[in-house]
Amino acid sequence: MKTQSKIIVVAASLILVLSFFFPIWYIDLEAPQYPEGIGLEIWLNKITGQKPHDLNNINGLNHYIGMKEIVPDAIPELKIMPFIIMFLILFGLASGISGKRFMVYLWIILFIVIAAVGMYDFYLWEYDYGHNLNPHAAIKIPGMAYQPPLIGSKMLLNFNAISMPHIGSWILVTVVILAIVALFIDKKNKTIEVSNA
Amino acid sequence: MNRKYFRAFLIAIAVVSAFVIFHYGCQESKDLTAGDEAGKVYVAPGTYDDFYLFTSGGFSGQIGVYGLPSGRMFRVIPVFSQDPEKAWGYSEESKPMFMTSHGFIPWDDAHHPKLSQTEGIADGRWIFINANNTPRVARVDLSTFKTAEIIEIPNSGGNHGSPFLTENTEYVVASTRFSVPIPNKDVPISSYKENFKGTISFISVDKEGAMDVAFQILVPGFNYDLAHAGKGPSHGWAFFTSYNTEQANTLLEVNASQNDKDFIAAVNWKKAEEYVTQGKAKTFSTSYFRNHFDEKKHMGFAEQKNSVKVLLPEDCPGLIYYLPTPKSPHGVDVDPTGEYIAAGGKLASVIPVHSFSKMLKAIENKEFETTIDGIPVLKYESVIAGEVTNPGLGPLHTEFDGNGYGYTSSFISSEIVKWKIGTWEVVDRIPAYYSIGHLCVPGGDTRKPWGKYVIALNKITKDRYLPTGPELTQSAQLIDISGDKMKLLLDFPTIGEPHYAQAIPSDILMKNSKKIYPIEENDHPYGIKAEKDARVVREGNVVHVYMSTIRTHFSPDNIEGIKVGDVVYFHVTNLEQDWDIPHGFAVKGMQNSELLIMPGATESIVWTPLKEGVYPFYCTDFCSALHQEMSGYIRVSPRGSNVAITFGTGK
Repeated sequence: MKTQSKIIVVAASLILVLSFFFPIWYIDLEAPQYPEGIGLEIWLNKITGQKPHDLNNINGLNHYIGMKEIVPDAIPELKIMPFIIMFLILFGLASGISGKRFMVYLWIILFIVIAAVGMYDFYLWEYDYGHNLNPHAAIKIPGMAYQPPLIGSKMLLNFNAISMPHIGSWILVTVVILAIVALFIDKKNKTIEVSNA
Repeated sequence: MNRKYFRAFLIAIAVVSAFVIFHYGCQESKDLTAGDEAGKVYVAPGTYDDFYLFTSGGFSGQIGVYGLPSGRMFRVIPVFSQDPEKAWGYSEESKPMFMTSHGFIPWDDAHHPKLSQTEGIADGRWIFINANNTPRVARVDLSTFKTAEIIEIPNSGGNHGSPFLTENTEYVVASTRFSVPIPNKDVPISSYKENFKGTISFISVDKEGAMDVAFQILVPGFNYDLAHAGKGPSHGWAFFTSYNTEQANTLLEVNASQNDKDFIAAVNWKKAEEYVTQGKAKTFSTSYFRNHFDEKKHMGFAEQKNSVKVLLPEDCPGLIYYLPTPKSPHGVDVDPTGEYIAAGGKLASVIPVHSFSKMLKAIENKEFETTIDGIPVLKYESVIAGEVTNPGLGPLHTEFDGNGYGYTSSFISSEIVKWKIGTWEVVDRIPAYYSIGHLCVPGGDTRKPWGKYVIALNKITKDRYLPTGPELTQSAQLIDISGDKMKLLLDFPTIGEPHYAQAIPSDILMKNSKKIYPIEENDHPYGIKAEKDARVVREGNVVHVYMSTIRTHFSPDNIEGIKVGDVVYFHVTNLEQDWDIPHGFAVKGMQNSELLIMPGATESIVWTPLKEGVYPFYCTDFCSALHQEMSGYIRVSPRGSNVAITFGTGK
């Protein structure tokens, strides 16, 4: 690969470091009683409320419908994800420095596979929280499940749940696009060199 | 009927009709405000008022909180009077706030709210208010709208002239309405002139707000009425009106109204500080309380103090001067520049306005009329800047708009009079309905008035509202002062008697308003941080119930093993950390009050069951969809029974 492309891949790998500092996803809960807003932020390694006490308050609200408590420490993925991203950063750096095109291809593929698996895993958790309800809950509505949408919005009783990618996701997307751009520039340069020759 | 008579009859009917129409027409036009007034006070649903207004509750002992321009009431802050709704004065934590050297005092007469200041501008940290009867000053925290501290004033027969503040809230000043023997002792009332004295107190306020009586000045036995501290060039001085310089002890309405002039006492408090540092103050032994509420412990503490520093004017030259002021002056108000000192000579035909710079010059040139107990009396002509003539009858108080005008309330003629500083001419007047006492311009007694409105605080309402039997509401009136002519916009009722009020732009306070108390900061000795810590502990015949609330249950909610004659303390911690989710607590037959516990707070109340049986308890604040389910039972067994203590929730 040309130097220019190498630099882009190395830069993309470094940009990926930023994904540790921003939430990947958010779930906003909108209801008449919460004009100030309430919601969750999902990070690589933790789940937090959007405001200091949101997570506890959401758990408090969820107990009415018998949803189990969201306890970030009990979710193993939050422990694994940082390592996966660190691996991707190192792999990206190695690809960039070595300048091997196939490594960049592999990097992009790995990226997309991990993202897809991650989304599927997120869906499974949502499904579990939404369906696996305490049979003695105060509020029981036959046929009603409380699974938030994977992406988009959905009414769950008085709450409109809006699930959307946060800054972290856009960082991941940017990294992938940069990797593709690097390959593209490299190929174009090659074509030009060939035609010049 | 003959034609002539018929014509006369028709004319008579026409005349009567004209009278009737004229009469009713007039009555209607009295109350109609023309044009866009409704729009000026309309605050659309879901939007905010521009100003907070704090009114004193007078004999209710509390503070009312309103929005302007709407006049909507948001809250009553309990201060000096017990309030069973909020358990103020009933909960174990708030009882110490009511302690005085006269014991537990469950009420008072609160007159003058006063916002804390920085550089002479209201800063919104605290609001102070005086207790007139059992002399005290309270400080309310404006992040929680809760009374944070109450300090008793020793050597005071009545605390009307307070709590007025120096420019950076260095001191709260207080003067005595009633002179009494100091220290108080058993003497004939007729020995007034010989034995009775007044005091002027300076209460220091530290950065956290903690108050302490720094020093007092022993002054001649007049009635000291109101006060204001200087600002800008007059910072370092404070001014106090006095009446009854005749020193009458009976039938004051006549006997205290004889002198042509009474006095404004001008106190150089910077000089007083120097005298205190030099050790010129005498230490008087006395007894007074300082009570403060610890926000982390969620608990009040009463602390008794036994001595106070007192300065005697004869030992301290330059400390205090008297400014002769016509006819029993009431209010004393300093204009935003700090140069002019307006007095409300309540029986006077003019508003005298003194000049601070002339006063300094007169002191320098020793232009004294006489000396009373070591206090030089300055010559009236040497200190007066001007007199506002034709100010209405019974001028009481003046506030300023920052644009060069003063607004004075006139009680007897029931009106507000607008006059120009410097020319001293009256430029406008507007009736008040009825018998106005104080008035308030937002920031109108500070260096930076926000202007826009003047609020009339009225004593009598008569026909202004729907009647409610012999006791009628008292009221405030909102008047637009943004134009040349004052315009009445709105009447609104108030709690108790609104003596004085203070207003401040909403954005200054809103951003500081607390939503919850963080549970991790809760240091209450009987508080719990989690439901699993809920428990019942017996210590002899005292039982402590460590209880938690969270939507939508108490923990524990079944308690057995309580016996007749036990003293049961319920320590209820609200574990919620969500805005606007208080929980209540009440047991059947509770003889004191309910509890209303804010998120993250702990409150305690005592219950002594008189008869065996089962007693329900429940949440009194509709907290959630399952609020009606938020309840529990306490089993009370006979004295000497061997039912063991057991407790739990959901078992």
